[in-house]
Amino acid sequence: MKKLRALIVDDSSVMRKIVERSIRQAGIELAEVREASNGAEGLGALKNESVDLILCDINMPVMDGLEFLRQLQTVENAKGVPVVMITTEGSESHVVQALSIGARGYIRKPFTPEQVKEHVIPLLENTQ
Amino acid sequence: MKSANEITASDKVPEGWSPLLELAAREVFEIMLGCKLETQTAPAPVSGDFTAMVGLAGQVCGLLTLHCSAHSAALMASRMLGAEVKESDPQMWDAIGEIANMIAGNFKNKLTGMGDRCVLSVPTVITGSDYSLRSMADTGPLEVAFLFEGTPISVAVEVHS
Repeated sequence: MKKLRALIVDDSSVMRKIVERSIRQAGIELAEVREASNGAEGLGALKNESVDLILCDINMPVMDGLEFLRQLQTVENAKGVPVVMITTEGSESHVVQALSIGARGYIRKPFTPEQVKEHVIPLLENTQ
Repeated sequence: MKSANEITASDKVPEGWSPLLELAAREVFEIMLGCKLETQTAPAPVSGDFTAMVGLAGQVCGLLTLHCSAHSAALMASRMLGAEVKESDPQMWDAIGEIANMIAGNFKNKLTGMGDRCVLSVPTVITGSDYSLRSMADTGPLEVAFLFEGTPISVAVEVHS
């Protein structure tokens, strides 16, 4: 598997680091990690650059993860890029809503590196 | 156990919630920090240097709080990041806010019928102990006390209908 560029969107800098560490622990090699603290920043990061994988929280100030997902559909650089939601909002309706507007995976916090591996690796294998 | 929509203003926090709150906190510490919380049989007062709060809104409204000392907050951040975090490091605020957020989400998801009918606020963290916190709860607080690395911490939920 090639080294990936990932975008991690979460309002917690600690959580962004944990997500990055979990991806690496899952055996996914990262060439570059872009970070954003809300959906608007995440969209901004994708204006001029593309990534191979997006991991996104839901509850965030400024722009939440669901609105980020909606607007992501119009971003040329994000076409076909798998998005995995990583969030405390574990209700069925949130999962269904996120998956219906473009998310490809959904991980509930608290999570283990093994869960990240289980959800992310198959997505990457399907897109390569 | 009562489901979320059976709570009324005259109720106390349902007794069945206590083990769920305890389990929610234990899971977060075990999974995200790699440590087991010890139950406090005779709860000691928590040095409330840090208070992280997450609001609940919807079918059940209220507040979840996590109280701990500055030392514990730094230790929690260190455990989460796998690197030493000093007591002056702003990552402490972020870490305990996120821990409170995960406990609140985990607790909410364990309550029958609550997951879809209750949303969480982003966390807020207060530092210092010289303050009064007045929530609009009409039930007494449900509080569980633990020892985290030998230091008392507590997690509490207050709800109003």
